[in-house]
Amino acid sequence: MIVSLDEGIRELVRDGDTVALEGFTHLIPVSAGHEIIRQGRRDLTLVRMTPDVVYDQLIGAGCARKLVFSWGGNPGVGSLHRFRDAIQNGWPVPLEIEEHSHAGMANRYVAGASGLPFAVMRGYTGTDLVSHTPNIATVECPFTGERLTAVPALNPDVTIIHAQRADRRGNVQMWGITGVQKEAVLAARRSLVTVEEIVDELEPLPGQVILPSRVVTAVAEVPGGARPSYAHGYYERDNGAYQAWDPISRDRDSFARWLETDVFGGAGAAREGGR
Amino acid sequence: MSTVTDYTSDEIMTVTAAHALSGAMACFVGIGLPSTAANLARRTHAPDLWMIYESGTLGAKPGTLPLSIGDGVLAETADTVIPVPEVFNYWLQPGRIDVGFLGAAQIDRYANINTTVIGDYGDPKVRLPGAGGAPEIAASCREVIVIVRQSRRTFVESVDFVTSVGHGKGGTDRADLGLRGAGPSRVITDLGVLEPDPVTRELTLVQIHPGVSVDDARAATGWDLAVSPDLGRTPEPTAEELAVLRALTGK
Repeated sequence: MIVSLDEGIRELVRDGDTVALEGFTHLIPVSAGHEIIRQGRRDLTLVRMTPDVVYDQLIGAGCARKLVFSWGGNPGVGSLHRFRDAIQNGWPVPLEIEEHSHAGMANRYVAGASGLPFAVMRGYTGTDLVSHTPNIATVECPFTGERLTAVPALNPDVTIIHAQRADRRGNVQMWGITGVQKEAVLAARRSLVTVEEIVDELEPLPGQVILPSRVVTAVAEVPGGARPSYAHGYYERDNGAYQAWDPISRDRDSFARWLETDVFGGAGAAREGGR
Repeated sequence: MSTVTDYTSDEIMTVTAAHALSGAMACFVGIGLPSTAANLARRTHAPDLWMIYESGTLGAKPGTLPLSIGDGVLAETADTVIPVPEVFNYWLQPGRIDVGFLGAAQIDRYANINTTVIGDYGDPKVRLPGAGGAPEIAASCREVIVIVRQSRRTFVESVDFVTSVGHGKGGTDRADLGLRGAGPSRVITDLGVLEPDPVTRELTLVQIHPGVSVDDARAATGWDLAVSPDLGRTPEPTAEELAVLRALTGK
């Protein structure tokens, strides 16, 4: 239940898996993403509503063959250059994309968490997403005859999230902006949660989200594991790091140097609890 | 109120967008210019403006301008923080939001918006971030306001990809698609304001900012721009508006 980060990734993430690392600006599981890079996972289908810097890094490191997403960018800064290089030039490997809207992705997780094969929604109508994404269909309401949009459930092989706390039995507590993480964990076959700290007792907090240990496969204590995003109550978002990513990621050589020092270098791995 | 002549085209665009918000409207706010305009409105003429960010913060009242849609200051100042699926399913989809603000990488004469790709989808010239919340914001808000700098690169005859539907092919096309919100009611640029024609739904220049000519607007538009016979002139921003705006942006 309680594992080290490198053990958690080794046991739960396999080559070819569909993997969701969710987080909506807040609580992004960045250290877990770096450990996936260190362990050299390949051919992953990466899923996330808002792929940002850590997905740019996973894509640039060659871990992914497909990305399922609704908005890919460096929030407040600009484009993801490794993502662009993969789509436009197939570097380092070609990247297939499956593109949705936020509403569609959120509903796909909800269907996955609910044990349903698809979700019904009002959305996508009239957009070019319909003709470019095969996983968007229409369905007729059996009661009113109204035409609505259907999207298939998302059930990742493994969902990875970061939370503030867990107890020793593996119950997870998170608060602040919790995005789509609960749904992504409930939709997944396996889940890994990295946390700021493991405590004896979880003190109840207003507005908290609790993931009972029975829906969590493994928990790893990784203090700072969401940096450069933030962990409400622990540390602030490092906006400078998001800006600094832009020049690093523009160029393949500077990206390769960054990988070597910040991910594979001993200090980065030790800081993140990797191997 | 005193007026000043020393302001940038981005500043008058933002102040004009803030004027479009009033009272206790529920406003779906995206990051960047829309967030700046909504926060300016809330600090000047619309203190009851109810701001929703797609991260799940309802009624956020940030003391500083957030840099991302999920900054901690939004959660700390919100009436409530809800899961992302609820943002779209419980709030946006049933039509509870009065106005949605959208940006655009390309926009056409019927206010259809592209934020996905420049060039061919399979072999793009420029890959953009994609849809995010925009398609359903454009579909379901009671009305949509677009904020975008005007140029021939952006104001194109035909968008390379319809990410968010404006008025489709014009006329009744939007209603025929079954979209329930009214769609883009205003496009606010650094040169002026465009509104859809009541019948054809083609964007028509209805207002220009001080110091801007109709020819400037035509030169920055990739189609033969319709101009209203009752063309208005945007009022200059007040000193107070500019002071509040600059305090927000730190410029």
